[in-house]
Amino acid sequence: MSWLLIYPIIIPVMTAVVAYLFRNSPAGRWISVAGTVALLVASIMLMATVLEEGVVAAQMSNWGAPFGITLVADLLGAVMVVITAITGLATVIYTLAEIPERLEKLGFHALLQVLLTGVCGAFLTGDIFNLYVWFEVMLIASFGLLVLGGSREQLDGGIKYVLLNLVSTIMFLAGIGLLYGVTGTLNMADLHLAVRQVENEGLLTAIAVMFMVAFGVKAALFPLFFWLPASYHTPPVAVSAIFAGLLTKVGVYALIRTFTLIFDQDVGFTHTLLLWLAVVTMVTGVLGAAAMNDFRRILSFHIISQIGYMVLGLALYTPLGLMGAVFYLVHHIIVKANLFFVAGVAKRIAGSTDLSRIGGLYAHAPLLAFLFLIPAFSLAGFPPLSGFWAKYVVVKAALDLEMWFVAGVALAVGLLTIFSMTKIWGAAFWPAHPDGIKPRLSDVPVGERVALMLPIVALAALTCLIGLFPEPFVQFAERAAGQLLDPTDYVTTVLGVQP
Amino acid sequence: MELLFAITVGVLVAASVYLMLDRNVLRFLFGMVLLSNAVNLVIFAAGRLTAGAPPLIPDGAYAPDGVVANALPQALVLTAIVIGFGLLAFTLALVYRTFMTLGTVNSDEMRVSEPVAADKEAGK
Repeated sequence: MSWLLIYPIIIPVMTAVVAYLFRNSPAGRWISVAGTVALLVASIMLMATVLEEGVVAAQMSNWGAPFGITLVADLLGAVMVVITAITGLATVIYTLAEIPERLEKLGFHALLQVLLTGVCGAFLTGDIFNLYVWFEVMLIASFGLLVLGGSREQLDGGIKYVLLNLVSTIMFLAGIGLLYGVTGTLNMADLHLAVRQVENEGLLTAIAVMFMVAFGVKAALFPLFFWLPASYHTPPVAVSAIFAGLLTKVGVYALIRTFTLIFDQDVGFTHTLLLWLAVVTMVTGVLGAAAMNDFRRILSFHIISQIGYMVLGLALYTPLGLMGAVFYLVHHIIVKANLFFVAGVAKRIAGSTDLSRIGGLYAHAPLLAFLFLIPAFSLAGFPPLSGFWAKYVVVKAALDLEMWFVAGVALAVGLLTIFSMTKIWGAAFWPAHPDGIKPRLSDVPVGERVALMLPIVALAALTCLIGLFPEPFVQFAERAAGQLLDPTDYVTTVLGVQP
Repeated sequence: MELLFAITVGVLVAASVYLMLDRNVLRFLFGMVLLSNAVNLVIFAAGRLTAGAPPLIPDGAYAPDGVVANALPQALVLTAIVIGFGLLAFTLALVYRTFMTLGTVNSDEMRVSEPVAADKEAGK
């Protein structure tokens, strides 16, 4: 039982070690692939168990909760681990064709696996200080991946990414210290009970805002997002893709977890603040994207805008809103990573990601054009793709609360998203290439072509699958949201007693 | 004792914010070192400052005798110091490498990843 919770953390760590030992030989990259496949299998097993038995928890070294470190998986945690494994596998396959041997010899695959470890750990831990540690694991690996290679752009973007993220981590740590000071516990399930005993509610709200700022930086909420568009377009495409898919979403996950399980005593203040932050985030992100003229930089700004929708779902704090947030989270990771992969292939065959310097992709690479349209339309929220259902649920939740303005903004941002996507289409796909190059997929060697296209096709198929058969996914999101709003099962399983 | 800690933390935070407002990335980094140490003191003080014995449990007993210091914040601070030191070493190396590559530590001049359109036209 408890091993199921440990596998998603121990498998990538072991893979990282072995892949590092074999970094000088081609075996290293295949070890990385094999390790990620094992991670996917382990995460699906965990998911099956959670679906069947409800929340599962394990006490490390048999130190009973709340004294030791607890690993715990509810539906949200389990689905995030599955989606991490899927994105990880897609990325590792993509790297086979993209990452030069020079970077592999520097330990690229080991860093990538450590990143997966940190992300999985953050999703599975039930201890707030342990969450901080997993954040650090994830951060240090992401720092390495971001600047590996050391080009001028990477170092420049890297400085901003590293420094701003470090400030957020310090803020998180201060919040943990103060929270421990007023409650005397670090176990998240125990905190759920302990915050109800705290008399000084104002202090608790102040601590909640510290957490909001710390996770807001990670999640790239307005006005704390400036590190993201400065850095996400600089590293190799595979790194951009996994960052875009997973890292900000860990911040959103942490927001959802803490602001449903721990900080739910002053919803009127904290969640209203989140609501307006979410609205402004949506708008700034999409306007920033409209001003950009580079494939990856447009996509980077769209991450910010989409984060707004997820936080909006959390801020509404209704069953439907949270269900939308969970659905959005899963849909967005798949779609966003996929769009970055498409940008990478476009760069490979057309020579750049600057929209004014590429073109002709529709005429010469129609398959890529088709595969761009699926995630692009899904991002904008076209039926019958996954994004439609995600947006529909969030907007419906806002309308149910009679928040006409918020719902209107969410819909308008969707419209502007289409504008950005048509801009990419109109510059990169439709017109002829300015240098007269014919960007053909068939110019890429067969082996590399498979490695490049396989993740794109698989993720696009997943988007269509969620879009065409939303019923089981919606039901799942509903159950996950139910667990978040009423964490009795979570608390009972971790502490082993009735609250 | 709490008052002394609170004042120390306040001074450290004020100094670190002053440093972090500087455009020189190296000074920003020094500010961050101060800030992380201030936070370590916050954690330590939040765990209550008890002038008691070391938290050791005598043979055969299940709980320590009398008033003992809280061991948990010390463990947290220790972890935070170790992690903070690792990150500091990495960041220092990154700043140095950036200085060698870009030739500047002034954050206003770091526009390589986000070139300004006006700069391009002015031929900068």
